[in-house]
Amino acid sequence: MPSLSRPLSVGRRITNVGFIGLAGLAAVMVLVPLIAIFSYLIYKGVGALNWAFLTHTPRPIGEPGGGMANAIVGSSVVLGIGSIMGVPLGIGAGLYMSEFGGGRYTNAVRFTADVLNGIPSIVVGIAVYALVVLPQQHFSALSGGVALGIMMIPTIARTTEEMLRMVPNTIREAALGLGIPQWRATLQVTLRTASKGVITGVMLAFARVAGETAPLLFTAFGNQFWNLNPNQPTAALPLQIFAYAISPFDEWHRQAWAGALILIILIVVAVTAVRLVTSRGNVQNNA
Amino acid sequence: MSLSPNPELRGLPRIQASSAGRPPVSPDAIAAVPRIELRSSKVSKYLDVAFRYSLLICSLSILAVMGLFFYELTTRSKLSIARFGLKFFVGDTWDPVSGDFGALPFIYGTLVSSLLALVLAVPLAVGVAVFVTELCPRTLRGMISFTVELLAAIPSVIYGLWGIFVLVPILHHTVQPWLARYMGWTGLFEGPPYGIGMLAAGIILAIMIVPIIASITREVLVAVPRSQREAVLALGATRWEMVRMAVLRNARAGIMGGIILGLGRAMGETMAVTMLIGNRPEIAKSLFAPGYTMASVIANEFSEATDDLYLSALVEIGLALLIVTVIVNACARLLIWSITRGQSARSNA
Repeated sequence: MPSLSRPLSVGRRITNVGFIGLAGLAAVMVLVPLIAIFSYLIYKGVGALNWAFLTHTPRPIGEPGGGMANAIVGSSVVLGIGSIMGVPLGIGAGLYMSEFGGGRYTNAVRFTADVLNGIPSIVVGIAVYALVVLPQQHFSALSGGVALGIMMIPTIARTTEEMLRMVPNTIREAALGLGIPQWRATLQVTLRTASKGVITGVMLAFARVAGETAPLLFTAFGNQFWNLNPNQPTAALPLQIFAYAISPFDEWHRQAWAGALILIILIVVAVTAVRLVTSRGNVQNNA
Repeated sequence: MSLSPNPELRGLPRIQASSAGRPPVSPDAIAAVPRIELRSSKVSKYLDVAFRYSLLICSLSILAVMGLFFYELTTRSKLSIARFGLKFFVGDTWDPVSGDFGALPFIYGTLVSSLLALVLAVPLAVGVAVFVTELCPRTLRGMISFTVELLAAIPSVIYGLWGIFVLVPILHHTVQPWLARYMGWTGLFEGPPYGIGMLAAGIILAIMIVPIIASITREVLVAVPRSQREAVLALGATRWEMVRMAVLRNARAGIMGGIILGLGRAMGETMAVTMLIGNRPEIAKSLFAPGYTMASVIANEFSEATDDLYLSALVEIGLALLIVTVIVNACARLLIWSITRGQSARSNA
């Protein structure tokens, strides 16, 4: 019996293999910078990391030793303030969009949130400078927190909304059918069902702003000393890394690498945890 | 209404989940149970309304932030807008001492570094997305997309740090001399190879925006219906022809959206660029020359700006950056939504 299929022409076969190869090559080339950055970061960072780095404040220029303890604490203060502001507002906005929205207003909010996500962080820095620092007349941890909080809101709102949309309507109806008031049904049934996804969103937003430097440049400003007062300028890990990286001192370069290692460990742990939770759990795996 | 058992229903199985084994309840006992109001009480009605409004306020905060940004930046840059007008965007002197400000070198630097980044990043990002969604074995998929996610999670300042100590020396010693020798005739690769400069900024930006473009492209590709692929394969197309005809063609608008989104990110990127571009307000054709971008001039000079006009000129640059990125992002979102129908336009990787 004669075969119905003709063999592929050589040209088409070569194009096919060629382009598949190119796509594979692209995948490899994306891996290269990641491996390069991580391996160098670990190589340089581990060498510079020691106990003093984690427990001491910076020494004056020229003196060896010292560390970034104040920056690590400062970062957590600023991130804490940011989360207190950004997490409830973000989750609230997401809840509104998915549970009560649906009209033009919701579309406008969703669109604005997406656009807000793309606004350069340096612009957020200037705006918060004008909004908080100028009226207060001094730099502060509080203003840095506000800047990071503002950056967290749209990300959290959008992921929360998406995760809530995946909760089947039957669950909402079952809760309301039991006669539970709507606010309790929303918080204790709907939001709880989607909690895994919502937490994922919060973690991702947190990891994203944890490394932000630009919005802190003229809000938290940086500080060489201990500071726990939210009304005073404060050090932050990314700020310190930046200041040390562009300095001319080898000792400070070493510390910049150590700081970068700490920062990246924090972020990678958060992202990996999120990945593990979502790939197993109720959220769709968009791999 | 009487709750006593209806004689007609006596023969039917009774729906009593939890009372199995208990003695039957007498009608008197049932009558003694207080009636349950099926209306919600006043308090919980108020709570519902309060809940709804507080969520509304949360969602309003997003609109308010956007509004406040525009308001603050406009009012704080009034001085410079009034003094220079549109000349601000075509003037090429930046002289804080004599109070003469023109933003052209920064606009030029932002555009050139972002376009360079796009040229380098787009083929890579689209290639990765196609590879992950269409071509690669299932086991590799998770690994590659996780890698891309990690790239997106690295903070800008760490890219800058790596750029200064690893990328710049490589460019300085190896890549730039090579480019100058073989591609020097284009005029793009002339002058002393400092390492630091437009080229370094473009490369680091490319690495940074690959994950954004790749993740959006992947989403859009996934949204292309399976039937399209099957139809083209059934006509005897090869794997690549299927990707080109069925997938990429249908996803064009969304991929474009991803690219524009990457452009927006590249234009606003601050720290890594500030650390690598050389920070000199000059317009030079060669990519080896140092430059300056809108974002990095703000980062470098904002806290040193002493007089009001200087500060307001910097804020005006920020306002321009805000307006441009809002427009760019709005276009990108509309394009992406047109493909994914707004369902899963995830904003970050």
